[in-house]
Amino acid sequence: MRTRIVAAAIAVASAAALGACGTTAPATTPSGSSSASQLSGTVTVFAAASLKSTFTQLAKDFEARNPGTKVTLSFAGSSDLVTQITQGAPADVFASADTKNMAKLADAKLLDGTATNFATNVLEIAVPPSNPASISSFADLAKPGVKVVRCASQVPCGAATDTVEKAAGVTLNPVSEESSVTDVLGKVTSGEADAGLVYVTDVKGAGDKVKGIAFPESDKAVNTYPIATVSSSQNKELAAAFIGSVTSEAGKKVLGNAGFGAP
Amino acid sequence: MKTATGYQGIPRWIFAVAAVGGLLVVLPLLAMVAKVNWPQFIPLITSDSSLAALGLSLRTSAASTVLCVVLGVPLALVLARGDFPGQRLLRSFVLLPLVLPPVVGGIALLYTFGRQGLLGKSLEVAGIQIAFSTTAVVLAQTFVALPFLVVSLEGALRSAGNRYEAVAATLGARPTTVLRRVTLPLVLPGLASGAVLSFARSLGEFGATLTFAGSLEGVTRTLPLEIYLQRETDADAAVALSLVLVAVAGAVVGLSYGARRSSAPVAVQP
Amino acid sequence: MSFELQASLRARNFDMSLSLRDGETVAILGPNGAGKSTLLGVVAGLLRPDSGAARIGDKELFNLDGGSHHWSPPHQRGTALLAQEALLFPHLNALDNVAFGPRSAGASTAAAREAARHWLTEVDALPLAHRKPAQLSGGQAQRIAVARALAAEPALLLLDEPMAALDIHAAPLLRRVLKRVLKDRKAIIVTHDVLDAYMLADRVIVVEQGCIAEEGPTRQVLERPRSQFAAGLAGLNLVSGIITKDGITTPDGRVFAGQHDPDWSPVPGQAGVAAFPPSSVSVFLGDVHGSPRNAFPVTVTDLEPHGDQIRVRACAGALAQALSADITPAASADLGLVPGMDVRFVVKSALVSVYPA
Repeated sequence: MRTRIVAAAIAVASAAALGACGTTAPATTPSGSSSASQLSGTVTVFAAASLKSTFTQLAKDFEARNPGTKVTLSFAGSSDLVTQITQGAPADVFASADTKNMAKLADAKLLDGTATNFATNVLEIAVPPSNPASISSFADLAKPGVKVVRCASQVPCGAATDTVEKAAGVTLNPVSEESSVTDVLGKVTSGEADAGLVYVTDVKGAGDKVKGIAFPESDKAVNTYPIATVSSSQNKELAAAFIGSVTSEAGKKVLGNAGFGAP
Repeated sequence: MKTATGYQGIPRWIFAVAAVGGLLVVLPLLAMVAKVNWPQFIPLITSDSSLAALGLSLRTSAASTVLCVVLGVPLALVLARGDFPGQRLLRSFVLLPLVLPPVVGGIALLYTFGRQGLLGKSLEVAGIQIAFSTTAVVLAQTFVALPFLVVSLEGALRSAGNRYEAVAATLGARPTTVLRRVTLPLVLPGLASGAVLSFARSLGEFGATLTFAGSLEGVTRTLPLEIYLQRETDADAAVALSLVLVAVAGAVVGLSYGARRSSAPVAVQP
Repeated sequence: MSFELQASLRARNFDMSLSLRDGETVAILGPNGAGKSTLLGVVAGLLRPDSGAARIGDKELFNLDGGSHHWSPPHQRGTALLAQEALLFPHLNALDNVAFGPRSAGASTAAAREAARHWLTEVDALPLAHRKPAQLSGGQAQRIAVARALAAEPALLLLDEPMAALDIHAAPLLRRVLKRVLKDRKAIIVTHDVLDAYMLADRVIVVEQGCIAEEGPTRQVLERPRSQFAAGLAGLNLVSGIITKDGITTPDGRVFAGQHDPDWSPVPGQAGVAAFPPSSVSVFLGDVHGSPRNAFPVTVTDLEPHGDQIRVRACAGALAQALSADITPAASADLGLVPGMDVRFVVKSALVSVYPA
């Protein structure tokens, strides 16, 4: 029901926009700053939860550069978003936190063209600001009495943790295996855990509530973020433009500020 | 009991709306049953992690039900029979977890029993660590399940009235004797249904546990948490375990309902 | 071991003092809301008065006077309460219900059951020992409740209209049982039934509006009532006034002739009452020939069968009170009596008893 209403709203919006184009296209756009001055309408972006702050910023920038456009954002876990798109949710763009979930959509022939990798993310150790267990390396996490929280192997951040664990030759003895990286971060910010394995971007995003400790083994589990247009999109031009803004230099800068690496 | 010939006094359209209401509950369950991968059902629910989660759920729910009874009976007595300032306020607070999102309960518990929490610091000094332990799971479940016991017992106490207690007292029974030999036996059906509701609520507890206790196989990962996790990778396992949870909850409620109906009716005068 | 009580509870407009000798059974009579149940509640410790004190022998039940705040809880008083309904504990069988008191007093299960058997025998209910309350009739349950109260060995037994909820066939049996067990036992029985007072009580206390209106030996109160309520219970009309040489003068100045008690010399000017049975009243239409004394203009309010007679209830406007007359159905039909009719009540002075109020 809701899906249909949203779809209808989008259809109406695009129809109105097209009509507007037809009649007022010759009107001058004196200060149209960037390349695509004729862009208009709404683009709906489904993005992984870890992209929340960066994509909110990128969408704001995009709307500012392209007056008459609107970016609607929906954030959730990548696998949830894949399920929603498969069930017919009206997404124009999908940005995943891993290539595996993007591959699911590609396999289902729900992508328009191929996906573009636009960012990477690696694990980092998050500790409370006081660092009560004096953690300074990945190996320190295995010290007896250290309360480590990690993601469960079933979720992407947990799979990455498994890889790093193997690469470092260290066996963690976690007190909890959470099903999302936010839950891991929550346990560290609340001071329950001595350390947690989260993404660099999570540490950045948490500000001074946690301290990040980078470790060399994180190289072994680089998480790549792909983005693509969804095949059912009603406004592929706008979708492509938004993807372009994400992969542009300006977009890379915003992503870099949040801690994301280049692909 | 209803009879075919008896006048029911219900307009026909009510049945239609009631049917819609019933379907709203039953249909999703049926849809889930339809999704079960039956050939793999037994292997899915007998995997080590599934069995560990089921066992943990049953153990923690039983423990929290006991805790609910131990703490809830005095609370219900105080609320039903006491007369003191702030009684209504106390009742509101006790019932709060009924309407509170469980995750809020989890956060509240964290700030109470967590390492940095109100009591947690003192407990930590005393060498007791609650966070990430099975104790935390039991606390979270008790927090959300306690109101069910209190509400159902307080109702039973109010409808039983206190005339039997007054008679018992004039016969020379001290208050503790009255409680043990008169009050509790009188409200036993209410206490039992309250305990069953608490058990069922504990079994389904998710949000507060996830927030407060964490998730570790065999220690804090109860069945609902296992289902939530399995959903990420193995939808079949999640569905199969969901069915197990529904079956266990249904069996507990059904058994207690059956037991209550077959037991001799207790004539409690109004 | 006598019982003494003085208590007042303003919220219920209650203020009474009474005492019981050892072995004495007192019946409390009075209209609804007069404070009878309040009295039992205060004695049993279920209601706390504002002030007063009570004791059984040396044992103080409560003392709230003069800065003292002693208050014994119900279970320490030895005042077992038997209510209108049996209130047997539904989860225990009859035997264990009766054994409840001894068990609470610390007896072993075996000893308590032995005592229970004894008391069940006393109330002729031993064969019912193993029944659950749900399997007992109202009369059976109430007899077992009596046994349960007695088994607690109370120093003072309180009975709150124990027969009121029973059907007409069960009451006589229970009354007989009570007569037997209340003999030489200190008890207070609240009742509506004059028969209970006659059969069970040594003394009667009539309460009205939270206060004692009248008290005395059962026979004296019921045959020489001084309160309207007692007169009503005794089935007598009662008119108050000032004693004169040959009767009383009513408040409206009418002379009411009657017979003074033979063993009492009248003191004119003293407050007195004239009591007479409805059967001593005749009913006339219009003026009465020969203008007999003791004739009252009244308005008929109600007619009802009373045995093989018709009881005519009427309001005597001048006295502002109700009077009754018993006449034959034939006479009633001849007179064509209907409520609202103005008639005259004429009372035979030979059947009027006059005594001090």
